[in-house]
Amino acid sequence: MDPSVTATIAEAHRREWGFVLAAAARITGDLGDAEDCAQEAFAQALTRWTSQGVPANPGAWLTTVARRRAMDLLRRHDQLRDRLPLLLGTEVVPAPDATIDHAPDVPDDRLRLIFTCCHPALSPDARVALTLRLLCGLSTTDVACAFLVSEPTMAARITRAKKKIAAARVPYCEPPASELRERLDAVLDVVHLLFTAGHTAPAGDRLQRRELVERALHLARMLHDLLPDQPGPAGLLALILLTDARRHTRASDDGKLILLADQDRSQWDRAEIDEGLDLARRALRGRPPTRYALMAAIAAVHARSAQWRATDWVRITKLYDTLMQVWPSPVVALNRAVAISQAHGPEAGLEALRPLNDEPQLVGYHYLAATRADFLRRLGQTCDARLAYHEALTFAQNAAERAFLEDRLRELDGLEDTGVVQNLGHAGGGAG
Amino acid sequence: MAEYVVFIYDHEEDWEAADPDTYVSTLQAHKQFIAVNGASIRGGNRLHPSSTATSLRATGRGSVTVTDGAFTEAKEVIGGYYVIEARDLDQALALARQVPAPFGGVEVRPVLPSS
Repeated sequence: MDPSVTATIAEAHRREWGFVLAAAARITGDLGDAEDCAQEAFAQALTRWTSQGVPANPGAWLTTVARRRAMDLLRRHDQLRDRLPLLLGTEVVPAPDATIDHAPDVPDDRLRLIFTCCHPALSPDARVALTLRLLCGLSTTDVACAFLVSEPTMAARITRAKKKIAAARVPYCEPPASELRERLDAVLDVVHLLFTAGHTAPAGDRLQRRELVERALHLARMLHDLLPDQPGPAGLLALILLTDARRHTRASDDGKLILLADQDRSQWDRAEIDEGLDLARRALRGRPPTRYALMAAIAAVHARSAQWRATDWVRITKLYDTLMQVWPSPVVALNRAVAISQAHGPEAGLEALRPLNDEPQLVGYHYLAATRADFLRRLGQTCDARLAYHEALTFAQNAAERAFLEDRLRELDGLEDTGVVQNLGHAGGGAG
Repeated sequence: MAEYVVFIYDHEEDWEAADPDTYVSTLQAHKQFIAVNGASIRGGNRLHPSSTATSLRATGRGSVTVTDGAFTEAKEVIGGYYVIEARDLDQALALARQVPAPFGGVEVRPVLPSS
């Protein structure tokens, strides 16, 4: 096996899988069949490209082969009549031998595919799994691994979702303009969830899962390219870029968590920041501002501050106020409390935190206890701070985050409970 | 086209406590729904309350037990249904959104064609 061909196919798989499958799905009207066609195209590429060389445009080659395969399948199953209704409203099925490129004037099938994968009639878990499996071409094993569930569980989840799509006829199309924003939000949430799961792995001994971050970045970029006038995708892409720009500074060489306050900002990724800032500005022009545009604007304040001390906390607090109106959620309220503590002191932060202590959605959410612990520590209330750190430790499952909390507890050991405010302002707060 | 059943789930206690105006306006809303969407509606009915239901459950040894009441115990029970025809789930959901269900909601289930 020619290693350069294998590498080209691996690269094509990463970049083109979504294109190839989506193009086949337009013809088969069935995602399972489309998956088979895409797999077949990559299998053929392996033998053909080895014997005849790699074509000039691998993506177009793969798409054409998958489409041809889809047409064969359709004829063989004689399902044309049954499936025509789902294909109505799409353009005429291309001739099997047509060589269609991903030219800009060809409507992009990936958008249909992602709207189908993220249809609100599917469970949120299934949306994420289908997006990774069908749009990114991850194996079921990898999807299961990414979300720390067993492979049979993930396989069952994907099978169940595909069955529902077929039986209930979840349509393979873009939503009408009247529903676009709401449906797009569901898509953006899936991509954001992928990113957060990669940025800080929910458990395990690695802080980040790069492969998930890169998939999320790729999908956000794709959505922004396909829907450039929508503020949602621009905001999400900006948020991901501005957050990901800090990736090299979030942990020390021995894997310890480094807070935003202590990160070496000269090591932040300038190219990502510049692109992110520009997108964030454009996204914030949308009215009303979208959730991700506001989150990107907050990340942008950090990205623009040369030092932690220079952070404009008053602006961040205001942005959180607006975000609470657009997207009221306990997690947003928690982050708002952190911003308030930086702008107006830990006492004000504790005050903002108080209504959240009984919030059912935050039960078991270790950041709540960790944030309270930080405020108490800064107020010199060592005993209460210690209790709160212990509480956070009972819920935190990521090794790097646990180590950080344990370090903080050790620091408190030497201190007396003075109740006196110490070293205000620059000591902590704000997850990386 | 495909068939879907739209089950109307309602809170029976809330219905009992409702004033006559709610009955009248809901009935009116159903008539309106049928008038507007007649072409897509294949059937449907209102049901007597779940207190009139009788459930049969297989015991596993070839026999059944007969019990008084709805099959599953829940606050919200099926109070009526429509059989509708739609191109795909989005169209079915667009129809289902219009079905009046003031004290609950609806469930949309695709029909498995028998032929």
